[in-house]
Amino acid sequence: MPRRYWWLPGGITAGLLLAVGLGPLIALLSQAPLAATPLWQDPYLRQVVIFSLGQAALSTGLSLLLALPVSRALHRRRFAGRSLLLKLFGLSQVLPVIIALFGLVAVHGHGGWLARLLSSLGLSLPQYLYGLSGIVLAHLFFNVPLAARWWLQSLERLPANQWRLAEQLGLASWSLFHHLEWPALRAQLPALAGLIFMLCFTSFATVMALGGGPGATTLEVAIYQALRYDFDLQAAGQLALWQLLLSGLILLLHHRWPSEPPQLKVSDHYRRQDGARLGARLHDGASLALVALLYLPPLLAILLSGLRPELWRALASPRLWHSTGQSLLIGTLAASLALGLTLLLLISSRHLRLRLGRRHWAQGLESLGNLILVLPSAVLSTGLFILLMPFTDVFGLGLYLVVLINALASLPYTLRTLQPAMEAVAHRYDRLADSLGLAGLARLTRLEWPLLRPALGRAFALAMILSLGDLGAIALFGSGELQTLPWLLYQQLGSYRLNEAAATALLLLALCLALLGILERGIGGKDADCR
Amino acid sequence: MLIADELTLCQDDWQGCFSLTLRRGEILGVLGHSGAGKSTLMALLAGFLRPDGGRLLYRSPDKVEQDLLPLAPAARPFTSLFQSHNLFEHLSARDNIGLGLHPNLRLNQAQQAAITAAAQRLGIAELLDRRPDQLSGGQQQRVALARCLVRRQPFLLLDEPFSALDPALRQEMLAELASLARDEDIGVLFITHQPDEVRQIGERFVLIEAGAVAWEGSVEELAAPRGAAVSRYLGLSAPAG
Repeated sequence: MPRRYWWLPGGITAGLLLAVGLGPLIALLSQAPLAATPLWQDPYLRQVVIFSLGQAALSTGLSLLLALPVSRALHRRRFAGRSLLLKLFGLSQVLPVIIALFGLVAVHGHGGWLARLLSSLGLSLPQYLYGLSGIVLAHLFFNVPLAARWWLQSLERLPANQWRLAEQLGLASWSLFHHLEWPALRAQLPALAGLIFMLCFTSFATVMALGGGPGATTLEVAIYQALRYDFDLQAAGQLALWQLLLSGLILLLHHRWPSEPPQLKVSDHYRRQDGARLGARLHDGASLALVALLYLPPLLAILLSGLRPELWRALASPRLWHSTGQSLLIGTLAASLALGLTLLLLISSRHLRLRLGRRHWAQGLESLGNLILVLPSAVLSTGLFILLMPFTDVFGLGLYLVVLINALASLPYTLRTLQPAMEAVAHRYDRLADSLGLAGLARLTRLEWPLLRPALGRAFALAMILSLGDLGAIALFGSGELQTLPWLLYQQLGSYRLNEAAATALLLLALCLALLGILERGIGGKDADCR
Repeated sequence: MLIADELTLCQDDWQGCFSLTLRRGEILGVLGHSGAGKSTLMALLAGFLRPDGGRLLYRSPDKVEQDLLPLAPAARPFTSLFQSHNLFEHLSARDNIGLGLHPNLRLNQAQQAAITAAAQRLGIAELLDRRPDQLSGGQQQRVALARCLVRRQPFLLLDEPFSALDPALRQEMLAELASLARDEDIGVLFITHQPDEVRQIGERFVLIEAGAVAWEGSVEELAAPRGAAVSRYLGLSAPAG
């Protein structure tokens, strides 16, 4: 049997992942035993925990509240620019957070667009971009588009005949919402709320850039401060354990509330007719205007930054190009590592699932790749820090640690991209290939590579873009030598050097967009679109 | 000759045990209800499933017996043709046929000529550079048949290969299959839902019921059943006189 060693690739990867997960965890526990963390007796810790949870709850609630009317309006209206708006909404998930933060600072910050507009009218703008209000504003910027798109899709999946029926029955707008739309939206609510809460709870870059002082610090940022400013390993360990506990709890709750799996998309589209009334027009107009005002100006600010005359001077800075080189190096290494680990895991899990019929074992193996969801990268980094500290110069290893953590952080996404593609190949062609003796290298070059190339391209691009936008790992392990574009941008934003920041943001954005295009074409091949 | 002797498969909720023989040049119809085990039988023969017991032997013309069970699917003397997905969608018809000769498509002149000859035999010589999605369903099955031809294996395992085709096309393919088996001296195991197809091109048939061969007979019996199992399968109340 040529497949005798099917367990080898997955086994090696599983061992590696477990070691990378458990090692730091044990280091954390030894540094900060759980019993020694009386949460309610340490006022600082208490404040940080309350703020972490509070800002996430507030951001989630407001995001959903605003996304609800927006998704209805997008479903009810067809207007010029609607599909462009939806495409731009999709950008909120791909755009590196630090770039978006640049846009927000350019619009809302001190001397930003809004402040200048108001001062030309003789009004002054209170400073709201730093602290809780700024953090929530940024979270709205990221999550309202996400939720609106998600909910719009649930509305579009409602069967057209139900709309026809409701219209024949003469249901008014409110009754339509009550009987038709709300059940569909509610079904997705737990999953959506859980996702947004988790995103806000672990949002590092936003709080780093916009949080100020101990009053507006989340657990992840507190860990960073403990490690980098106070060099207090024990405090960092305690904070990391709390972060681990709370995110585990959130994940658990998230799983206890399973949302209905989205049904198949129906091709039978129906243009609903309930938008003609004045109330509906006001509702839709107001919600669309609000989301446009929230979302579009920062994006515009990023694009317009390319028009500044100072840009060319800023582009000549050697520091910028040094950071670009490091970013590309880290991104390439991290994406290659992530892709390698993913493929090795999937080779074994696919064999388990399809050829041996062990579905649960396969799932278990694949879930190891989602390690980073249970062990957030801040926790993992802290653990690695404590683990390696006694033995070596952690900052000397910085590059490799950043690569490792970035690769682990993108594993869930590369797994989700490649798993269905790899299974489809085996499911469809296994028997045919076996009966023809297509095995080993021939199978790889004739069957797997041509069919998997598009998915491989997408996964690599995704992993690289995630790594290019990372601020968490580089913040911990970065140094004067080790500089990436997001880290440079963060420093420039922090010291309000907006001209230089504009060049950095633009370069980072251009890199991400170019990579997306090149990688999907390059690895995907010319005919990446057709199978 | 192919000899399956109490080839047994035990699964949690299903058991099967099959015995049958197949000569070269003969077309054997395999009938039975859905879920009776027809496709399982074929998977056991081809080596896609490992049996829990029994024997599978190939007796070559010079009377040498070979045990087929330890062999990988590609090393057994079979070519399989499924109902669908017989072709790799990303390869041209020529490469799809060529894979039957060499897994890495390093083909010499003689092998290239064999592909052309098989394609001419099946009337698809003009279509060799197209990909499967540019071919009709009937043309796709012809390409797959051409691959069976170049592989020169003594037995062909067919799992409802023509059931997705139009009636006229199906007649055409059946005739093609019958002449192929005759000319090339290939033994054909032909799984189908249509007793008429078996009567048209086969000599013998087996009826599979609940994981075993319930009846074996000549195709004439399909017009005038002698066994109760055959009558039941055909929906006739009792064995005819």
